[in-house]
Amino acid sequence: MSGAAVATAGARAPGLSRSMSRSRRVKDRAFRASLWACGFLALLPLAFIVWYVLVKGVSALNLDFFTKEPAAPGEPGGGIVQSFVGTALIVGMAIGMAVPLGMLAAIYLSEYGRGRLASAVRFVAEILLSTPSIVAGAFIWAVVVVAMGTFSALAGAIALTVLMWPIITRATEEILRLVPQELREGALALGVPRWKTIARVVIPTAGSGIFTAIMLAVARGMGETAPILLTALGQDFLTTNPVAPADAVPLRIYNYARTPVLSQHAIAWGGAIVLLAAVLVLSITARFLANRQQRRIR
Amino acid sequence: MSGVEAVRQEALTDDLGSRRIEVHDLNAWFGSLQALRDVAVVAEPQAVTSIIGPSGCGKSTLIRCINRMHEEVLGARVSGKVLFDGQDIYAPDVDPVEVRRRIGMVFQRANPFPTMSVLDNAVAGLKMVGRLSRGELRRRSEQALRQAGLWDEVKDRLDEPGGKLSGGQQQRLCIARALAVEPEVLLMDEPASALDPASTLRIEELIQDLKTQFTVVLVTHNMQQAARVADWTLFMLYGQVVEFGPTRKIFTSPDDKRTEDYITGRFG
Repeated sequence: MSGAAVATAGARAPGLSRSMSRSRRVKDRAFRASLWACGFLALLPLAFIVWYVLVKGVSALNLDFFTKEPAAPGEPGGGIVQSFVGTALIVGMAIGMAVPLGMLAAIYLSEYGRGRLASAVRFVAEILLSTPSIVAGAFIWAVVVVAMGTFSALAGAIALTVLMWPIITRATEEILRLVPQELREGALALGVPRWKTIARVVIPTAGSGIFTAIMLAVARGMGETAPILLTALGQDFLTTNPVAPADAVPLRIYNYARTPVLSQHAIAWGGAIVLLAAVLVLSITARFLANRQQRRIR
Repeated sequence: MSGVEAVRQEALTDDLGSRRIEVHDLNAWFGSLQALRDVAVVAEPQAVTSIIGPSGCGKSTLIRCINRMHEEVLGARVSGKVLFDGQDIYAPDVDPVEVRRRIGMVFQRANPFPTMSVLDNAVAGLKMVGRLSRGELRRRSEQALRQAGLWDEVKDRLDEPGGKLSGGQQQRLCIARALAVEPEVLLMDEPASALDPASTLRIEELIQDLKTQFTVVLVTHNMQQAARVADWTLFMLYGQVVEFGPTRKIFTSPDDKRTEDYITGRFG
């Protein structure tokens, strides 16, 4: 459209060279095309992953897959119910620990934090964010698994907490800082104590943004393999005992992908579909809520 | 006047008399920057005291020192005395939360709580601090909205978010919110500076109503506004008091040459 406008403007002003506007038009088109291509390329990996995982794994999805324990190698049927339950158990406990810890730290940093302790907390969160997850796993193995004398879902949850709370803290702190200072002052000036101002005005205003931060952390925790491997170990039987070894979906994918048994490969792909779907749903919901939140604060 | 009424009248004036604000030797800082220097002023009950002066002269800092909001800013400090009801609000045993409940404040930019409805915004202070029943909250909300001259405009929109109202309505909602906690003094920091002339007029009329019950301190950069609504006027420059007196005197025969220059528009 703008190209046409340039051309007619060129025609109306004969003093300006036509050939120049043509070469410019060509360059403009080439540049736009390459930008569009790069944008499209960025989409390809996700589209390809989703497509490939679906093709490979969809045949594994049936009722048994979600409700049965694994069959013996080579035997048909069976499922990975203990992996789903294990992931739910481990991630559930991790949420229970990481959300209060992460949110309280974020509130401290945003509303009270000044001076050395705040800088230290921020620094630790930053370092933990970039710590390789297997290091967190190894650390929790040394501190929790060895001390308890057993691998367990609880140890897995603690390892995930180490990875999840810094995500929650940093994202929540940013969101709390977006809450206008005038709202805090408005409440304080009514004779509302500071902690009530935070609980009744600041946090509700940040509302869905905090929820977004939590969901992104959950999505991250759900997909972790290495720390689970070193702390929850894995489990072939259905159990909800938090102090017994537990399975998790990414761990099951890892283990099955390394066997030579083809039926187990299919189940691993099936697990990948479920994991991918869960992470996509969480991320998309988080994105949706974040957009809505931005509109509200402005 | 019957004897009982006379006693009640006297009690009422006594009560109002205790709502006097006296500022003595007040100094305030933001970090190393001194914003107020030895400020002294008195705000009488049932009167409007306006604070005028060019931008940056310390008007807002002064008003924020009167309900201990100044200290909410990082690195802010205060020295000196602010007497309210004869008591220094900066005495060590005074709770700033209680000071702010009794000395209410309205800000330059309307700041209704975005997560609350019009109804809830008006009684936000009561909701967050007290334990009133829903019916009682509704009654107090209506009372505050009527007092702020907003009820007739919003009575059919009580459940909408406070942020959906127009700018002038939002500011009156914030005034209602400040009135609902039944303060004794009302501090207003350029309450109409972001509003159109019609909304400004409404706020000014409202201030005239409010001064019958409250001690009102009004910061304004609009000299006509000070002349229209204030009984007493304080003129400040560079964090210091230049002149304080009855508004008529400040605007007609000021003692200080700088006051005259400012009100006649020679600077500022």
